[in-house]
Amino acid sequence: MRSFLVALHVILLPAIAVAAIDFARDIEPLLTSRCLSCHGPRTQMKGLRLDSRGDAMRVLSPGKGDASLLLRMVAGLEEKRVMPPVGARLTAAEIAKLREWIDDGAVWPKANSAAAVKRKHWSFQPVARLAPPATRNQTWPRNEIDRFVLARLDREGWEPSPEAAKTTLIRRVSLDLTGLPPSPREVAEFLSDNRADAYERLVDRLLDSQHYGERWARPWLDLARFADSDGYEKDYVRPHAWRWRHWVIDALNADMPFDRFTVEQIAGDLLPNATLEQRIATGFHRNTLTNREGGVNIEQFRVEQVIDRAATVGTVWLGLTFGCAQCHDHKYDPISQQDFYQMFAFFNSAGEVNVDAPLAGEMGPYLAAQPDYRKKREQILAAYKVAKYQPAWEARMKEVREFPGKWTDWDHAFDALTKYLDNALRILDTPPAQRTQKQTDAMTDHFIQNYHRVIGKDLWKELKFVDARKQLRELRSGFPALSEAPVMGEETMRPSYILSRGDWKKPAAPVSPVVPGFLHAPPANAAPSRLTLARWLVSPDNPLTARVTVNRMWQEFFGRGLVRTSEDFGAQGEKPSHPELLDWLAAQFTDSGWKRKPLIKLIVTSAAYRQSSHARPEVDARDPGNAFLSHQSRLRLPAELVRDSALHVSELLYPTIGGRSVRPPMPKGVIELAYGTDAGWPESTGRDRYRRGLYIHFQRTVPYPQLMNFDAPDATLAACKRDRSNTALQALNLLNDPVFVESAQALASRLLREKPSESISPRLEYLFQLCLSRPPSRREAEFATDYYRRQTEMFEKDPAAAAALFPLEIPGASRIETAAWTGLASAILNLDEFITRE
Amino acid sequence: MHIDEFLRIQKRREFFHSFGGMLGGVALTNLLGAANAADPLAPKKPHFAAKAKNVIFFFQEGGPSHLDLYDPKPALKKWHGQPLPASMTKDLNFVFVKPDAKVLGSERIFKPYGQSGTEFSDYLPHIAANADDICLIRSMHTDAFNHHPGQALLFSGSTQFGRPTAGAWVSYGLGSESQDMPAFVVLSSGKGTSGGSMNWASGFLPSTYAGTVFRNSGEPILYLPNPPGVTRDTQRARLDLIRKLNEERQYDTGDASIASRVHSYELAFRMQSAAPQFLDFSQESAKTLEDYGVNKEPTHPYAVNCLLARRMVERGVRFVMLAHASWDDHQELNRKLKKNCEITDRPIGALIRDLKTRGLLDSTLLVWAGEFGRTPVGQFERVDEDPGRDHHPNCFSIWAAGGGIKGGQVIGKTDEIGLQVVENPVHIHDLQATMLHTLGLEHTRLTYRHMGRDFRLTDVGGKVVRQMLV
Repeated sequence: MRSFLVALHVILLPAIAVAAIDFARDIEPLLTSRCLSCHGPRTQMKGLRLDSRGDAMRVLSPGKGDASLLLRMVAGLEEKRVMPPVGARLTAAEIAKLREWIDDGAVWPKANSAAAVKRKHWSFQPVARLAPPATRNQTWPRNEIDRFVLARLDREGWEPSPEAAKTTLIRRVSLDLTGLPPSPREVAEFLSDNRADAYERLVDRLLDSQHYGERWARPWLDLARFADSDGYEKDYVRPHAWRWRHWVIDALNADMPFDRFTVEQIAGDLLPNATLEQRIATGFHRNTLTNREGGVNIEQFRVEQVIDRAATVGTVWLGLTFGCAQCHDHKYDPISQQDFYQMFAFFNSAGEVNVDAPLAGEMGPYLAAQPDYRKKREQILAAYKVAKYQPAWEARMKEVREFPGKWTDWDHAFDALTKYLDNALRILDTPPAQRTQKQTDAMTDHFIQNYHRVIGKDLWKELKFVDARKQLRELRSGFPALSEAPVMGEETMRPSYILSRGDWKKPAAPVSPVVPGFLHAPPANAAPSRLTLARWLVSPDNPLTARVTVNRMWQEFFGRGLVRTSEDFGAQGEKPSHPELLDWLAAQFTDSGWKRKPLIKLIVTSAAYRQSSHARPEVDARDPGNAFLSHQSRLRLPAELVRDSALHVSELLYPTIGGRSVRPPMPKGVIELAYGTDAGWPESTGRDRYRRGLYIHFQRTVPYPQLMNFDAPDATLAACKRDRSNTALQALNLLNDPVFVESAQALASRLLREKPSESISPRLEYLFQLCLSRPPSRREAEFATDYYRRQTEMFEKDPAAAAALFPLEIPGASRIETAAWTGLASAILNLDEFITRE
Repeated sequence: MHIDEFLRIQKRREFFHSFGGMLGGVALTNLLGAANAADPLAPKKPHFAAKAKNVIFFFQEGGPSHLDLYDPKPALKKWHGQPLPASMTKDLNFVFVKPDAKVLGSERIFKPYGQSGTEFSDYLPHIAANADDICLIRSMHTDAFNHHPGQALLFSGSTQFGRPTAGAWVSYGLGSESQDMPAFVVLSSGKGTSGGSMNWASGFLPSTYAGTVFRNSGEPILYLPNPPGVTRDTQRARLDLIRKLNEERQYDTGDASIASRVHSYELAFRMQSAAPQFLDFSQESAKTLEDYGVNKEPTHPYAVNCLLARRMVERGVRFVMLAHASWDDHQELNRKLKKNCEITDRPIGALIRDLKTRGLLDSTLLVWAGEFGRTPVGQFERVDEDPGRDHHPNCFSIWAAGGGIKGGQVIGKTDEIGLQVVENPVHIHDLQATMLHTLGLEHTRLTYRHMGRDFRLTDVGGKVVRQMLV
């Protein structure tokens, strides 16, 4: 019966199954993805391997598909078991292909030996510079991108979709470039602009907006696993993490070329005469999680961080699952464990430091206040006799370091010193007279806070260091401070080893910093440093970086990459839907000096991007993921933009660019769900409560709920793309979270203020314009008006409810009116369309 | 009416009729059928016939001491005050204590309970009273000796962060049978866990499967109550408008995913009325409240959570996790253990009995576990303090009961002082494989493709512990 069904499929699916079977295209990926993990180069269960014809002959009978054990196993024709044992069964179409391939003699081209496949894998080949193809339809294409897209659609026999309405277009491109919906005035200007290049002008204006840097920083922060706290256990706050985010926004707004953007983030500190900004850029790798939990060996967590840095570079720039090779050779890609630890070695010598990183306007007041601050600080230290105890404590710490295990209290205190004071040993080893002011203060502050670990309760009470700490903290908060930045630097040469099974305690063969051997080599005379690695990543010979990067940009505009698996360009990843277009874009990107804005302009001015996002049932049935771009896609906004849009249309948004993280109000009981968040959640005040979502303080163990409800990543590993889920918690969030309730109230008051007329319809139209950039249809207006009237009736019966829903007085408007408009505004803010880029 | 408009309306009617789209208002009965296609939480068939349908996981955060609760070791008293021989400690990872730390005898008194005669500590009389339903595993072991990685392993199968947790996997594998609650609910008590929300995260699975925190006071679910001035009627009217406008948009754009958003709003609305009802205990008998320890100190908060867990299981919630922190007793072991046991023992004991009485125990898997155990040697921080015990991943005790589990037995054995497993070791992955098995899920087949790999809860390990099963 089963074989009959399989046979039936062969008949029913001629378009797929009858086309000549190509080993590399049809068979090998199947074997690689479904068989080789158990029957491949690393593991050969039952002694079987399926990565070369010679070995595979055991289960193949060329010419006789149905008699081949391989086919019988995957088709479920053997009684005992079905292969593969893990995951979904092979589909009927896949089985049919296998059968046909074996029937045709199981041709296995010699060049496809395992090693050759690795060399031949598409993404490791040089980027091809191809001319765009010719297309039947000469009028649709607006630029080269469209010729690639159209050629692919031609092959399917599909027409592209018509261009989206102008109102949709301006909303789409505004959200994509700045993350904010357009204002009704902007929409009106665009609609009335009849110049041929009106749309190009709009794009230029948006690319020049400072909000562009905010919108495009977010995907980069996702990749960098950016957060404002350590991540582990006590999850300490990182008060200076924001400084790197600030750098990213600035760099994007200045359209810093991606090669420079790369070099500065990986090795800015190693550039000759590195500027402060170039050092701040290296904060990219300070976003690793930090484990300060008791008993964790300080070397262990340092090694874990370096492993994370190597793996992150592999994911972010090379689009490979590099981290898989930390315990063993990669099972599918040619990344050996040695390759991994050679990458590790590039980062193994880099230290972590915090540097002063003043923003404009900070330095003057700071310097002016310093003498007074120093004087007052010294007075406090003197009053509590700190100098009497600290030197002996430091001396003892050095002893404890030499002879661990002798005094338990002191061992714990030493552990705390190394965990809680960054670069503690470096400071300890520097004679006090030679320490920087920053180092001196940090050591003293740590001493005052931790001396209790090694003295009795009586002395601790007598010293009153708790009071000293409080006074010092108050003093500090009263004086102007300099912003700081967490950066990489201060190299200490450390030998690197392959770590067996990734275990820091099991070093095996020594390795030095070397780039992966299956890719191009760096210049022969290059020093083995992070700088060399960074330059190698963006060298013209690197086949991955440009492809991976343009693919992720594409993903932002179409909802999926040309390579759908934007996190994996290896053998397990999907192949590009438009390989030639991907290469053309990559070449365009590098040839035009790695600038992002021109490439973005090219993409958003293409006819492909400008298509309608309406579904096409006849096409979607055959291309459910819209890989061939027969239309645009409706994409639910990312978490931050859901917030930003509501705050923006209601004019609550505080649109200042960059700066520190903020803590908008959060319901009680949230921060308490984690264990280590003693700092609590000191709410931001004033306009800071209404900043854009990307500035919300990200506490890794208890992230801000609205962000997580709408699929923001958890900032533990590089996140290459986001989910777009749809849950009841999202509904509750938009209906009832004070942020959105306040937005509805502010939106209602904006309507009444700006449209002081009595009648419903002008206000309703304005509400739609503000939120959806279009007027309501007749039916929509009917529904909304009906609702408004019913609201009014309800509030007339229950004026207290109206007063509660809209507690303020608006001159010239009744409470009932304002409350009814608040309800209506809330409904519009909850529409699928409002939180969707169409 | 213009003829075009008329045709458009006719077409629209047809469209929503065929879609089952007229689902708003109070006509909720059709809802599941209509929106199933769009609902990632629609009930799914297990891989094979399941014994258990629901899970209640008592997460005892911090590493409760197996030596003082479940695994009696008289020898500790004999060796009390003496260091262990170096040969026994050379491969151990301690957090705070040194290899020469001294053995700490347990002051607890163990005695056998039930027909099975399983021994439990005097701090756990109510749990122990259910000994014949409990499968106690004394030979658990884990890979992590720190809290946060230990918790990550216990819930997500990996010490690396970012993977889906057990409740998310189960929701993904089986969907939800609740009409008015999420599939995976978290009830928290005590001071918050090291892992925080990572312990119930959906990782790389869609956030649909993440645990929803249900608080036992104030707003039970974040953003659940209507804003001031919004009554249930006005909320309903608002949702009706939202639905109508969303349906208009669906008609205009042809985007079927809009139906799924409409479905989410209806579920949200039902949650708004259902969630507070969970906290309305007026229909519970006085005896039930008394048994659980509701309205009594120190049991009240945990008792409420246990009672909520039963009420949720009754209403089809798939996975309920009770997180209680913290059992991280580095100092003052006896005082702190006593406190946590007094808070949790009685409600858990009552819950087991209550489930049994109602015929729900057979279909509900119960698991009691922390992320690791504690050392046989003591942690004597300072002379003026009572000692505690350090983290110990090499062996510890957990128990399971209910759906698919054979009660009244002890699995595994540890050495004379509870330092190492000597018989039938059970790894965290084995526990996870067994949990999934009772739910009818084959752990190697419950996979999700991410970053080019088929991931599963049990990572690359795990074997079902057959001895645990009925």
